[in-house]
Amino acid sequence: MRFHRQRAVGLLLLAGALPLGAQDTTARGVRIGLRYDPGSKPGVIVLPVSGSAGDSIRAILERDFDYSDRLSIVPLSPEDGSVLGSAPPAGSSPVLNYALFAKVGAAGVVQVTITTRGLHVTLHDVAKADVATVREFSLPKTEYAREWRLAIHGVSDAVQEWIIGERGASQSRIAFIRSYVVRVVDSDGQEETALPVVGEALSPSWNSLGTMILYNTFGPESRVVLQDLRSGRTRDFGSQRNTQRITPVFTPDGKSVVYALSGEAGSDLFLLPVDGEAFPRRMTVGRGSRNWGPSFNPDGTRLAFGSDRSGHPEVYIMDADGTNADIFTAFDFGDQNDRTSPDWSPDGRQIAFMSRIDGRYQVFAMSLRDRQPRQLTSEGENEDPSWAPDGRHLVFVSTRTGTRQLWIVDTESGRLRQLTQVGGTRVPAWSPRLTGK
Amino acid sequence: MILALASVAVIGACGGKKAPGTAPAPAATAARDTAAERKARDEAAQRESARVTADAAAARQRMIDDSIAGARAAEEAMRRDSDMLRATVMATIGFEFNKADLRDESKAALDAKIPILLANTGVAVRIAGHADERGSTEYNLALGTQRAATAKRYLVERGVAEGRIETTSFGEERPVCTENNEECWTRNRRDEFEITVGGPMLTKPRS
Repeated sequence: MRFHRQRAVGLLLLAGALPLGAQDTTARGVRIGLRYDPGSKPGVIVLPVSGSAGDSIRAILERDFDYSDRLSIVPLSPEDGSVLGSAPPAGSSPVLNYALFAKVGAAGVVQVTITTRGLHVTLHDVAKADVATVREFSLPKTEYAREWRLAIHGVSDAVQEWIIGERGASQSRIAFIRSYVVRVVDSDGQEETALPVVGEALSPSWNSLGTMILYNTFGPESRVVLQDLRSGRTRDFGSQRNTQRITPVFTPDGKSVVYALSGEAGSDLFLLPVDGEAFPRRMTVGRGSRNWGPSFNPDGTRLAFGSDRSGHPEVYIMDADGTNADIFTAFDFGDQNDRTSPDWSPDGRQIAFMSRIDGRYQVFAMSLRDRQPRQLTSEGENEDPSWAPDGRHLVFVSTRTGTRQLWIVDTESGRLRQLTQVGGTRVPAWSPRLTGK
Repeated sequence: MILALASVAVIGACGGKKAPGTAPAPAATAARDTAAERKARDEAAQRESARVTADAAAARQRMIDDSIAGARAAEEAMRRDSDMLRATVMATIGFEFNKADLRDESKAALDAKIPILLANTGVAVRIAGHADERGSTEYNLALGTQRAATAKRYLVERGVAEGRIETTSFGEERPVCTENNEECWTRNRRDEFEITVGGPMLTKPRS
């Protein structure tokens, strides 16, 4: 059962008091195309969770719902204790004071009970004054461990799907580079870890299952490296004198790697099958120009990439066989001609990229249908956007605090949050949903 | 090598001369010698012989020292020459923003390297292209490759063997200057030249 947005609007008594989020100010001459409709954020209450780690579980769920920008957390003050009713034994139908929940603006109430196998989760539909969904989730045994937290993010994402019809994206991670080491952090900024070091790394990317990360090293003996996150094994695709291997990505089917081979005759995209002995196949014929930074559409039939074949960097799109290359950023941005680092959204509808405005890179998104660019940032320098699996949020690098940090923007509302706290953080890549494979 | 040859020459010269000695005592007086006199004479002769040997050794050592000093001075001069040659080979060249083609002063700097590289065929170099912080991380890696490649092409077209020049790129990852201004960016847009093989002693090109 799903709540319909229209109904949720009527229930949101607190809508007017909701914070509008930190929107970037508009740069001169450029329109920020943001829509913000607080009415589309149903209010949710997560009831206190009793037992060991109960407070942590509740905090993770609330934070995920908040970060989703699709739900709003209705805070419970101590005076609201009377609305809670009494905690029922696991599995039994709880009796809640739905009228009072409706009064404080909650469309849904999430009730979590810790069981021997994991979590028993009940979603209450306040408008219907009834239980909407019940499900048991298994959890890894070790509380607070990395995979335990990831499993709770999975609970968040499932509950979001129950409420708004679309699965959340909190059960995902973001790979990035700091000090030339590939690091991975959970979508809520927790559990940062480093991958094994194989030379100086740049430009990490994920396979579509979220089980592997590709990156390249630079300088002499530049190479493409594949890190299998399950086995921990590292695979090295070798190096070639006088060349740099740049921006490796998997094809969506995971069978090949596409990267830019930058040599003395220019930089072109090549496709290399992951298994087998086949030679790399050239995808672009740049004739001495630079072509790099591939990003596939979801079905792998087309890809966006950067090219300076026209004399300056622009984003192009071509078919996966290398034909029909055409400029995507054919728009008069009215400033230095430099648009680069495309990332195709997981729903296939938009491409995010960065464009130099007033001498600084800013993050843009542009739909493939209307091709009207939307500027999403303006404070500091903002680079290298990467889509969340929800196709709504982008992670990017920003210098707005004075150091290079990862930030996340909700492309619908413009709301921002800072993901990392240590400077020198670069080239992020958001994983697909990590649904526990 | 030069030092060793010089030392051999000194030793050879010593061997060719007779060491100077004292004349032997007249035979007529020998019968009248008492044992004491004979002993004193022998001791004096021994002392004299030791003095002569020591003098010869000191002279030989002075010649060796002089030769070594001379060789060192010559080596030092060669090293100074070599250092200048190396500095010329390693001199960086600059580029315009977002460009990989050579400016006139860059061509002049490369022209200065060519005779040295041609005179020292055992030398191999690595050209590393660098970019300023503007432009994307990845674009700058590609740009650096091309900056190294244009310098290499210029050298190869003028006779330097292709296989002696390796190219690589560090993009914007190795700035020599980290300020956010044009002067700093200009310094960072460069090719660096590193001698990877045959570095210690470079020979002057015959002019």
